[in-house]
Amino acid sequence: MALIELKSITKYYEMGDQIVRALDGIDIDVFRNDYLAFIGSSGSGKSTMLNILGCLDKPTNGQYHLNGKNVEMMDQNELSEVRNLEIGFIFQSFNLLPRSTALGNVMQPLVYRNIRLKQRKEMAMDALTRVGLDDRTHHLPNQLSGGQRQRVAIARALVTTPSILLADEPTGNLDSKTSIEIMQLFDELHAEGHTLIVVTHEDEIARHCKRVIEMKDGKIFNDSDTVLDAVTH
Amino acid sequence: MFFVLFESSRSALISIYAHGLRSFLTTLGIVIGVASVIAVISVTEGMSSFIGDTFASLGSNSLTIRSYTPFEDQMKGIRARLTPEDLELISRRGEGIASITPILYAARSSQIKFGSQTAFSQIMGTTYAFQEVSQSYISSGRFLAPSDNDTRRRIAIIGEKVRDNLNLPENPVNEYVDIGGEWFKIVGLLEPKGDIMGQSRDDIVLMPYATMRSLQGNQARTDIQIQLSLSATAEVDVVAQQLTTLLRNAHDLSSEEDDDFTIQTAEQLMETFDSIINMVTIVIGGIVSISLLVGGIGIMNIMLVSVTERTREIGICKAIGAKRHHILMQFLIEALLLSLLGGLIGLALGYGLGTLISNTIPSFPQASIPLWSIALALGFSGFVGVLFGILPAAKAANLDPIDALRYE
Ligand SMILES: Nc1ncnc2c1ncn2[C@@H]1O[C@H](COP(=O)(O)OP(=O)(O)OP(=O)(O)O)[C@@H](O)[C@H]1O
Ligand SMILES: [Mg+2]
Repeated sequence: MALIELKSITKYYEMGDQIVRALDGIDIDVFRNDYLAFIGSSGSGKSTMLNILGCLDKPTNGQYHLNGKNVEMMDQNELSEVRNLEIGFIFQSFNLLPRSTALGNVMQPLVYRNIRLKQRKEMAMDALTRVGLDDRTHHLPNQLSGGQRQRVAIARALVTTPSILLADEPTGNLDSKTSIEIMQLFDELHAEGHTLIVVTHEDEIARHCKRVIEMKDGKIFNDSDTVLDAVTH
Repeated sequence: MFFVLFESSRSALISIYAHGLRSFLTTLGIVIGVASVIAVISVTEGMSSFIGDTFASLGSNSLTIRSYTPFEDQMKGIRARLTPEDLELISRRGEGIASITPILYAARSSQIKFGSQTAFSQIMGTTYAFQEVSQSYISSGRFLAPSDNDTRRRIAIIGEKVRDNLNLPENPVNEYVDIGGEWFKIVGLLEPKGDIMGQSRDDIVLMPYATMRSLQGNQARTDIQIQLSLSATAEVDVVAQQLTTLLRNAHDLSSEEDDDFTIQTAEQLMETFDSIINMVTIVIGGIVSISLLVGGIGIMNIMLVSVTERTREIGICKAIGAKRHHILMQFLIEALLLSLLGGLIGLALGYGLGTLISNTIPSFPQASIPLWSIALALGFSGFVGVLFGILPAAKAANLDPIDALRYE
């Protein structure tokens, strides 16, 4: 069974008398341990796609099944729970809590799981060690470099052992050397069995991924899997 | 639930601490409100227990009769009077009276001179019975004697305050003072009685009643006060009733007319004081409620600002799994802790203030805080915090995660 099933997903924004079709009929299945990249020009709907996948945003129309559960029917609190249990979101702008330390940031999602402080600390330390930041646990976000901040964000996404990791332009704010380090980390996570979906507009980044979906004007323009399917069949 | 509460308090404390000055200014309204209510309560509590003690020592078996003119009559120029004849009547026909004395207050000038010193004091003409009726005793010299009255002797007995004001010697007996242009010999010094409600009870001069009457000259308009103490077996109410009937007959009052005098017991006096204190408490209470209201609005205002400021943070928390009640609790508890903190500071400040007030005014009773006022202050400030915190907290909890994350 597919981890993610999208059926004719649309997302429309009404801007006065004009309707922006950010997503316009998307059908995708994502399987466990996929390593997927969304690419496409600016405004093609990649971020919108990822926000819907991450249950941050709701589609205008269409069906979204995550782990067999229909997301459409859920209210805000249930969506929060899904985000907490199933999804690890990594933002382009890191989105760390500015007044919490690296450790505090990584512990935060566990607070919503009612896990005790001591255990939270252990789990967060493990996650920080995993991304190679165990020596920066008590730094505030503004005392960390961009690459370090992104590692904290990845640790925060990892700490809950989610079903999927979603990353929106994870290297967008980083230099090329740091970008490569982050992508190497993603490769390792994929090798460990994680499911990753990355939004990017750099071919360099997309090349790391096993499956690449190109978007254009809210539609799927090209899916490397279907191309592969077409070739094999 | 407990876990959420604990975690919310932890992050609320961090956030209050992070904005130290702002938090303090926010809660200042609560601080001032609680401080003033505690200061007032501690002072009035101290005062009323002190007054209670004072009147208890005064004894509830003393009565004061004075003339009473209703306000309308005063406007018409009518003045009710108690006359020496009334005194005669009561001492002859009153029942249950142990001792009785008239008190005649100096009409106009209460000026006393000694050498180059001038002072103003309460000057009263009375008799030897005053000693028993008002429980005033002599520390040196002698009290008024019956013969002083008969011979209209020009003698005076003074309180310690008068002695100090006039720079009289430590023992002023046998010194001469000038009262209203006449020479009086000091024959006694009263035991100090201390202050009541910040007013000295030692700033008095006693002289024989007949001497005072002769000084005042126009005796037709004399209006005296009568003070009496009851015999051990007499009932205050019964005696007061009998005296009322006696005086109404003497003053030819018809049954429609009101009394033109009042009979006051020490108990009544105490009730009057109590009602004054209650009045003050109510007025201050009103002012305090307003200041707590203003304080609450201040907290709401800052909490709303803080929600807006932290929109992105709220978005992040929601994105990583915070539910509505997590966010609601965090902001509500922040408001609650903020105002409780204000309440605590106010409590300390108010107690300090109360103590300061009672210590700076000499012989003012010691301030005391009853436990209920602490509960009241903290309960009220907590209530204000929740009341005014709920709106900002709900606003934060209802934010849509994607909108909050996009917020610039
Ligand atoms: N909240 C919104 N209101 C109105 N229109 C929106 C909103 N969010 C996105 N859009 C529109 O939807 C389209 C897709 O936007 P989206 O952010 O998904 O693009 P993107 O592929 O991520 O682009 P980029 O590479 O620049 O990040 C754009 O045309 C954008 O203008
Ligand atoms: Mg984008």
